[in-house]
Amino acid sequence: MSIDMEQFKVTFVEESLEGLDIMESVLLDMHPGAADAEAIDNIFRAAHSIKGGAATFGLGDIANFTHVVETLLDEVRNGDRDITQDAIVLFLSSVDCIREMLSADQNGEAVDHAHIEQIKAGLDKMLGSKQESEPDSSVSDTAASTVTKENGWKIIFKPFPGMLRTGNDVVRMFRELAGLGDFSAVVDVENLPPLVDMDPEEAYLNWHITLNGEIEKSQISEIFEWVEDDCELEILPLVDSNTEIVAANSNEMDEITEEGTPVDLQVASPPLERRAEEDRRQESDRRQPARKASSPESSSIRVGIDKVDDLINMVGELVITQSMLSQLGEDFDMGRVERLNDGLSELERNTRELQESVMRIRMLPISFAFNRFPRMVHDLSAKLDKKIELTMSGEQTELDKTVMEKIGDPLVHLVRNSIDHGIETPEARKAAGKPETGVVNLNAYHQGGNIIIEINDDGAGLNYEKILAKAIERGLVGENEDLPEEKVYELLFEPGFSTADVVSDVSGRGVGMDVVKRNIMALGGRVDVKSVPGEGSTFTIRLPLTLAILDGQLVRVGDNTYIIPLVSIVESLLVDQKNVNEIAGKAEVYQLRSDYLPIIRLYEVFGVEPDRRSLDDGLLVVVEGDSKKGGLLVDELLGQQQVVIKSLETNFRRVEGLSGATILGDGTVALIVDVAGVVRLSREDERCSNNQIVAA
Amino acid sequence: MANILAVDDSASMRQMVAFTLKGAGHQVTEAVDGQAALDVAKGQKFDLVLTDVNMPRMDGITLARELRSLPNFKFTPILMLTTEAGLNKKQEGKAAGATGWIVKPFNPEQLLATIKKVTG
Repeated sequence: MSIDMEQFKVTFVEESLEGLDIMESVLLDMHPGAADAEAIDNIFRAAHSIKGGAATFGLGDIANFTHVVETLLDEVRNGDRDITQDAIVLFLSSVDCIREMLSADQNGEAVDHAHIEQIKAGLDKMLGSKQESEPDSSVSDTAASTVTKENGWKIIFKPFPGMLRTGNDVVRMFRELAGLGDFSAVVDVENLPPLVDMDPEEAYLNWHITLNGEIEKSQISEIFEWVEDDCELEILPLVDSNTEIVAANSNEMDEITEEGTPVDLQVASPPLERRAEEDRRQESDRRQPARKASSPESSSIRVGIDKVDDLINMVGELVITQSMLSQLGEDFDMGRVERLNDGLSELERNTRELQESVMRIRMLPISFAFNRFPRMVHDLSAKLDKKIELTMSGEQTELDKTVMEKIGDPLVHLVRNSIDHGIETPEARKAAGKPETGVVNLNAYHQGGNIIIEINDDGAGLNYEKILAKAIERGLVGENEDLPEEKVYELLFEPGFSTADVVSDVSGRGVGMDVVKRNIMALGGRVDVKSVPGEGSTFTIRLPLTLAILDGQLVRVGDNTYIIPLVSIVESLLVDQKNVNEIAGKAEVYQLRSDYLPIIRLYEVFGVEPDRRSLDDGLLVVVEGDSKKGGLLVDELLGQQQVVIKSLETNFRRVEGLSGATILGDGTVALIVDVAGVVRLSREDERCSNNQIVAA
Repeated sequence: MANILAVDDSASMRQMVAFTLKGAGHQVTEAVDGQAALDVAKGQKFDLVLTDVNMPRMDGITLARELRSLPNFKFTPILMLTTEAGLNKKQEGKAAGATGWIVKPFNPEQLLATIKKVTG
């Protein structure tokens, strides 16, 4: 029977990662010398499970590595070893190593062997001289057994009275013995008490068994393995004069059992029974096609049973409504219009609830993303000689799994920034009259259809002058330009912008804040900064709860309906011809207060026939994508509604300027405008035309 | 075939064991730890209990001891799934009333072969 172990590996990796998270968080709370038994038990159990699973699912390297960790933890657990700071650090690195090995296996990448060996060497060293190479029992077992193959055995088996209470059964063992060779047993009833004194749960009988056939001693010991301590057992080779007869017998044995001749008692039949069973098993093997190994990409999701129950409930109600409506349809007359309307609104409610429930399945608490921060803050504060306390709130706030995966890196970056640039050194804090320990706070909550994540520190705050000076130096801002505070802080997200005097190991290379912003924008969210000098800064990330649904503004261009994501719309206005300027004869810009926006005629971009081509009194939707603004010329603003995003790439192909499509209530398809893409396209056109002019 | 109670806190091990046993035609009830297993066992009879040793809330050894005190489980085979190569856990398990053990790592074939010993 071959079962494909790959199918369980995904679960194994998932639960191992969870186990590693537990180990990590317990280790981070642990103080040298004062480990409480429960904490140690928790991490030991996690390591133990990972080791066992890894060995079972064919991940030998991970099993070997984790084995050393487990051995050390076992010593700690048994009180043979104190938990030192070094040990905590080493265990934490081991957690990283195991994590790395797991992900390498998942993604089919190579692991950093040198690094792993280095940690393993550290672990081995810690185990030290205590770990003498244990004699490998399996080797000695086989060595012993090869020399003890005989033609027959005499077994003296005297069960202790309590043996049956462990669930071991003499008949079972005898049946197995009979499966090995020619079996006969003589029962010794000497210890059998009179019936009245007999306790049916106790074993009184002793047995003298003769087993003929070419059998290894280990095969017999294996059958008695579980009862070794519950009986007196002697296994002796048959070496007397009837050896030859035994040998002869054993040659005939196959034949005898084949014919089904009872050799002794009822225990002789099993060989046949076993064969039949094996047939059955093979048959069931064939019926059970091996499931395909799941690819590393196909990740799974853990869903609370309550969410599934909700769904089932909802589907139940939907079925009821459906049958109610179909009954109504069978003999419908106008007198029952009211009931029809009731039914339809019921259906609408069911559908909406069902949609919400399905969406909830993809929702995970943000603690999944927050969990890595205690470790990071711990490591970084040690590295930077700062005292930092991390507080978190709203960890149970849920958001879409995909969004969660994508927000991880930007969050790491922002937290790093707070630690590196925000929180001051203990001395500086003391001098400023603040507690030596700085606080970084992560907070998450829902607001409307969004999740808000705040990263707040009580550090020095952003330096307005320094940022402005830097911006002027880099030519991002004019010398005498007067910018409001928020505008200045927004400069932080410009590519290549860093005010750090010294580029540290942790951050300050100015790479990243722009990436952070871009990643958040790509998720349809945005990030804002607030800062008070001397009191700290707060970065606020606002994200849609899910990527599958979008709040959209429906607009019409000719006969076509397009959807513009609401988050990217700044405002809508009627074009005032006097604000329209032409640059280089081709590109049109619209002056909106101090900004000049390129005018993007949507009908040109998508090649459709509009109601009107003139700009005068036209409708301009001012949008912002990738921090570039533009004005989209449309014919009419329709309603706003939530739309379910259908991917164009999977259903058709990628189209520049469009991010997807959706189906409207009347069944028509509406395309969703990729605002950043359209703005970029228009700028490229401009550049093209400029180049043409230069070339001409 | 046999009605088996499989107890393990590791979901992947539980999946593997259950899948293997079901594939061989057995009926399997799963439990996530000793306590959960005991709760299930109080209301039902099983032909065999397979239990992990190290588990939160209630470990396999305590489970074996508790099961033996239930009238339904006086002689029911209880097998420990253990990674301990050493004798300690095995003996501790035996003392608590376990029938025998299967040493991890084991593959489905080994599991079925061992099961067959006690379900006959």
